[in-house]
Amino acid sequence: MRCTRCGAPAVIEVRRHNAGYCRACFEHVFRGQVERAIAKWHMLDADERVLVAVSGGKDSLALWDTLLDLGFAADGLYLGLGIGSYSDRSAEVTRAFAASRNATLHVVDLAEDYGFDIPTAGRKGSRSTCAVCGLSKRYVFNRAALDRGYDVIATGHNLDDEAATLLGNTLRWQTEYIARQSPVLPAKDGMVKKVKPLFRLSELETAAYAFLRGIDYVVEECPLVAGNTQLRYKDAMNAIESTSPGTKSQFLFGYLDRGRALFTAADDAELTTCASCGQPTTGRFCAFCRAQAQILGRRLVTPEPQRDGSDGAGGRGNERQEAEELADEVLPAELYGVEAR
Amino acid sequence: MKVRLRNPDREVDVAGGRAVRDVLAELGVNPDTVLVIRAGELVTRETRVDDGEEIEIRPVISGGAER
Repeated sequence: MRCTRCGAPAVIEVRRHNAGYCRACFEHVFRGQVERAIAKWHMLDADERVLVAVSGGKDSLALWDTLLDLGFAADGLYLGLGIGSYSDRSAEVTRAFAASRNATLHVVDLAEDYGFDIPTAGRKGSRSTCAVCGLSKRYVFNRAALDRGYDVIATGHNLDDEAATLLGNTLRWQTEYIARQSPVLPAKDGMVKKVKPLFRLSELETAAYAFLRGIDYVVEECPLVAGNTQLRYKDAMNAIESTSPGTKSQFLFGYLDRGRALFTAADDAELTTCASCGQPTTGRFCAFCRAQAQILGRRLVTPEPQRDGSDGAGGRGNERQEAEELADEVLPAELYGVEAR
Repeated sequence: MKVRLRNPDREVDVAGGRAVRDVLAELGVNPDTVLVIRAGELVTRETRVDDGEEIEIRPVISGGAER
C-alpha cells in the first residue's frame, strides 16, 4: 500500500477514508484533524491555559503531545488511582513523557488526597469500579483546574469512545444524555470548560500516532475493566465497522451535525454548591462526596441546621429522605457523566 | 513465524509467507482494532510476513471509566 498523499510506502491504513499514509503524512493528517476539531468547535484560544487529563494511555499522551506541538500552553494532570502495578506503570510513563517534553505535570493521588483508592472504592461503595473511577476523575480534574487557574480541561476521548457512548445512550433512549453529548462542554457554575480534541480520530489512529511518535504508553488494559459496558459497545461498533468502514464516524458526526438539534437538552437543573466541598451539584452534597463518605464509612454533615433542629447529617429518620434525594437527583453530565448516575 | 499477542501477553506460532490480514484472520483478530508491529515498524494488512519473522499484535481498544 502506498501513501495517499505522497506515494511513499504506507505504514497505516485508515479504511474509513479509503486511504493509507506514510509516517510523515500520517502525523500531518493527525494534527490536521485535531486542528480542525479545535477550530470548528471553538475549543481553545491561543492564550488559554489548558490542563490535559493524562492517564499514561495512548490517547491522553497523544493529545498532550499534539497540543504542545500546536503551541498551546498545555500542562498535564495525572490522577493516581492506586490500582497496583498498573497505576505504578501509568505514573512512570506519564512522568517520563512530561520530562521528555519539559512540560509541567501536576499529580494528585486519590488515596493521599481523598482517603481511598479505586480498588477499595469498588469493594466498599455502591457504584461499579468504573463508575466511581470516572466520577473521581471528573471531580478531581475539575477541582484541580479551578484551584490552579486553568481555563480549559482537555481529555483524550476519541471517535470510538464518543461513538460507543452515543450508542449506549441511544440503545437506552436516554434523550437528555444524548442532547448533552458534545466535543465541547462549556464552562458554567463552577465547572471548567471541557474539550475533546481527539473526537475525530479513531483509537487505531491515536495508537498509531503515539507509536510513530515514539511515545511510551501503557498498552496493558486496566485490570479492573473486564466486562465493562463501554467495551461491549465498542466491540459491537467494530463488528459493524469491519464490513462497513465509516459507520462509526457517520454515526457520531451525523449526530453532531444533524441529530443533536432534534433533542432538547433537559439539563435545566439549577446548580448549587456541595455543602461539603463547595463543588457544583444539584443536591445538598455532590456525587463525589457522597461516594467518598460511603467508601470511608463517614456521614456527610450539613453545616446549616435543619428546620427540625437536627444537624441534617445524623439520625435514622433522615436516611430515607437522603436516599430519595439521591435517587431523584439529576447530576450535571458535564461534571459527572453518565456512569455516575 | 512468531506472533506476540498482548493483554494478556502470550506468543503463538503460525505459518508465514502470507499477508498480515490472513494471519489476523486465522487468529480471529479484527484488523481495525490492532496495530501490527514488525521490527519496530508499523505494517499494514497487506504486508507480507514470512517464516522466521516476528510480529507484535497490539490492541488499541481501551475502555472503562471516562478519562
